[in-house]
Amino acid sequence: MENSVHSYLPLWACLASLAAVPLIVLFRREIFLRELVTFGAGALKFAFVLAMLPIILEGKVIVLTLVDGIGGINVPIAFRVDGLGMLFALVASSLWILTSLYAVGYMRGLHEPSQTRFFAFFALSLCATLGVAFAGNLFTLYLFYEMLSLSTWPLVTHHQDKEARTGGRTYLSYLLGTSIAFALPAILYTYVRSGGEVAFGPEAILAESNLDYWPALALLLAFAFGFSKAGLMPFHSWLPGAMVAPTPVSALLHAVAVVKVGVFCIIRVVTGVFGVDLLGRLGVNDVLAWIAAFTVITSSLIALTQDNLKRRLAFSTIGQLAYIVLGAALITKLSLTGSVLHIAAHAVAKITLFFCAGAIFVATGKKYVSQLAGLGRTMPITMGAFFLGSLGVIGLPPSLGLISKFHLVVGAADAGEIALLCVFLTSTLLNAAYFLPLVWIAFFPKKGSIPAELDRPFSWAGVREAPWACVVPLAITALLSTGLFFCSGFLQELTGQFIKGIGL
Amino acid sequence: MSDHLPVLVLLAPLFGAIAIGLFGMRDHRVCLPVVLSALVLSLCCAIGIVLKVHAGGTLDYFVAGWKAPRGIGIVLRADAINSPILVVIAIVAILAAVFTVRHAGERDTEKTPHFYILFLLLCVGLFGITITGDAFNVFVLIEVTALTSYGLIAIGGSKRCKVAAFHYLIMGTVGASFYLIGVGYLYLKLGSLNMQDIHTILASNESLADSRAIRTAFVFILVGIWTKMAFFPLHGWLPNAYSYSPSGSAAILAPLVTKVSVYVMVRMMVSVFGLDHLEANVEWGHFVVWLAIIAIAAGSTMALAQREIKKMLCCLIIAEVGYMVGGAWLGDPQRWGLTGTVYHILADALMTSCLFLAAGAFAKWHGAAKLEDLSGLFRKMPLAATGFVVGGLAIIGVPPTCGFYSKFYLIRGAIEAGHWVYVAALLASSLVNAVLFFRIFEIAYFGKNPVESHGHGDDHGHDHESEPVVRREPPLHALIPLLAAAALVILLGLCNGTVVEFIRTGLIETATVVSTGR
Repeated sequence: MENSVHSYLPLWACLASLAAVPLIVLFRREIFLRELVTFGAGALKFAFVLAMLPIILEGKVIVLTLVDGIGGINVPIAFRVDGLGMLFALVASSLWILTSLYAVGYMRGLHEPSQTRFFAFFALSLCATLGVAFAGNLFTLYLFYEMLSLSTWPLVTHHQDKEARTGGRTYLSYLLGTSIAFALPAILYTYVRSGGEVAFGPEAILAESNLDYWPALALLLAFAFGFSKAGLMPFHSWLPGAMVAPTPVSALLHAVAVVKVGVFCIIRVVTGVFGVDLLGRLGVNDVLAWIAAFTVITSSLIALTQDNLKRRLAFSTIGQLAYIVLGAALITKLSLTGSVLHIAAHAVAKITLFFCAGAIFVATGKKYVSQLAGLGRTMPITMGAFFLGSLGVIGLPPSLGLISKFHLVVGAADAGEIALLCVFLTSTLLNAAYFLPLVWIAFFPKKGSIPAELDRPFSWAGVREAPWACVVPLAITALLSTGLFFCSGFLQELTGQFIKGIGL
Repeated sequence: MSDHLPVLVLLAPLFGAIAIGLFGMRDHRVCLPVVLSALVLSLCCAIGIVLKVHAGGTLDYFVAGWKAPRGIGIVLRADAINSPILVVIAIVAILAAVFTVRHAGERDTEKTPHFYILFLLLCVGLFGITITGDAFNVFVLIEVTALTSYGLIAIGGSKRCKVAAFHYLIMGTVGASFYLIGVGYLYLKLGSLNMQDIHTILASNESLADSRAIRTAFVFILVGIWTKMAFFPLHGWLPNAYSYSPSGSAAILAPLVTKVSVYVMVRMMVSVFGLDHLEANVEWGHFVVWLAIIAIAAGSTMALAQREIKKMLCCLIIAEVGYMVGGAWLGDPQRWGLTGTVYHILADALMTSCLFLAAGAFAKWHGAAKLEDLSGLFRKMPLAATGFVVGGLAIIGVPPTCGFYSKFYLIRGAIEAGHWVYVAALLASSLVNAVLFFRIFEIAYFGKNPVESHGHGDDHGHDHESEPVVRREPPLHALIPLLAAAALVILLGLCNGTVVEFIRTGLIETATVVSTGR
């Protein structure tokens, strides 16, 4: 029996940003107060999450039932916080504060319209993200998953122009369409098959069921494609489409919250619904692993060809998400550890890169890779952070990315999948190929490739950075990505608690 | 006093209608307070009935003490299936009544009392159909409902209203006649009109129950009720009738009339003919589920083709009727399909009420009849638009609204019955609903023609919030019912466990349900 504690902390953590929504709308004319509410809610949320950290680190699980299940008739709405959920919540709630600061700088710098709506829906989507992180059963997970899809739609379509409408349509039709068409029936089938049990716990939901190979495969794929926020090919096109959103949205939601909710759900399905034992016995995880491997390579190749910086980052995200799915699909102790750690590692690294892309746009209006030559001289901090962030995504030291990738690679070797190990290594080369030349050109442009007035030795006087509210967050996240390389102890411990909880 | 609750539910609106007839003609200000107080009294009685049923099981009430099943005694019977429906009818009626408050200036002086008399009589009919325990009384009350509906639709005065009402009148009369023929067969064969008696006789005499006359009676009753509930392909009257009627009428007709007819079908199946009997003897039960699938597909497809908001909602009603008929006929051993149907009667009444209130408000205060007219809605009336969004999400089936949970129970039944096509139809219909509503949300959010990609910065360098947004919500009497309906949609979703547990006690009493739990 697992060691569980009853506590209202997960609920408060969720509600902190929900309660901020009406306040943000109320203070729409007092811009200072409105921003203060956002930061206050962010700090409060982070504090609640931090308050749960020691409990989880002790190896306990926090449980809370909001709506009771009545005698097998309905399903309860319940929270359950374990190591995985805790790690994800920590990442999301801490990065929200930084993103809010960045958003203030970005939105004001560009004089974006409808900032109140922007901040209100941002807070709402964070509530949904934490809801997913803390979900105690499949239905609660689905509830917050849908809430996240819906509450991010106004953010994606923020500019309300034609391009936004197209992007928004793709976004919703992929996310809502797959979740209704695949995830919902998969959940209901699980519910009926398990005899009305959908709660996550130390035992996987379907562990006792005698599923055959083909139904199990269909169910696994229905989950994997149904949670299309994970961006597994062929249901990935919403992610590049959603890049029409303002950069803070892309940064937090499409590098951290939304996409990570997708992979989070898949890890939950693999470990909590099927269970490692059942998957290993049936061997259906191989199919998922190969789909993920295909996504890793293909998306990295596509990323190489993208000139729009945000689109390149988007395809890189698709590849990195597939790493996480691949790690989960290998179902070894090390690969799962790598998967969970990569949620955090990729989050801090990719958010840095998006922040940089946005800062470059705010400062210079440039959004294409081919325009970045020589930018290291005018925006040294931004490009330096970009370099650190890309190290994290590639998995080079010193960055948290190295630790997670190391686990993934060793996990693949552990599972005896040499081909998949090669996929990891090839992809790492590709990652380097689409990021490092960009950084190189930014700092060491070819002679004659940039205007003469820029072609001069570096001096601080020539620095033209974005507003400080943009630069500070990206510097912090870049340092986080590096710093966590040296003190990743608590993250590894959280992951360890999760791995121990599922009995590996 | 509390013994008389079942009859008070009916009498309150009946005497209200008479009171308006007596006093309201002279002074129109009397009408609305009378309507509201009558309906609130009904609501209190309905809640009282729910509590009593919860505490002590089925309530029987013999009007004027005529107990013997001789002649046409008026028997009222409230159990766990119909008492929640009574509450929902009262709530939806109150919301619609509040919505019809008009400013003194624009009051249509001639027809106000007529409208409210018809409105209350309609409520009498709906309450009556739901609570009566007599198969013939159901016919009488169906006619009461139908006649008042024709009036409420035609009261709009435009030519299209009258044509729609006439179309409805013909279809409705044919449907009611079919039902009457069915009941006639039953009476000839069994000599009783009391539902409980019929059930006892049929259960005790297997060969009689399987006779051709009883089968014919069942088919006539079923087809008659299907016409009344607009089950595809007998739906022709519905779209025009509900979309051309005045908003106040549509707000009560659309949510309730079809739903109450579905209830009659469930009642006939469960406590007149008996589910076990039907399952053993009706070979075409499977076929009905296929009909339901066709109805769902047809309703969804037609909805996609509509350009008018109310027409689109009407087509959705047709699809939802398909959900409910299919659920009732799934025949899964644990009766989850039937549970889903009864729960969906409640859920759909509230969702439809919410959407029609919103459509009515948009039509009146935004001038919007077509989908395109809704542009700029989120800026102009954010609160009303939020109410509409909640209703839309419920129809799509997004948790935690009640629409999600009714689909949950229906799909659970379908999976247990192994009817995968029905599962697929429900999911496909959800997807279509998502397209339908997000099409509207998009128009409301982006405006008619979204501006071409504007450059950031200078040319758009002003913050929208600094300029006053032209915000004009509908008046409170329209806004409050809409938001109340939206809140109830979510509340019913959150309380689904309690409600369904209650409904299932009723299903267990009346039909043999294998067991409560899993």
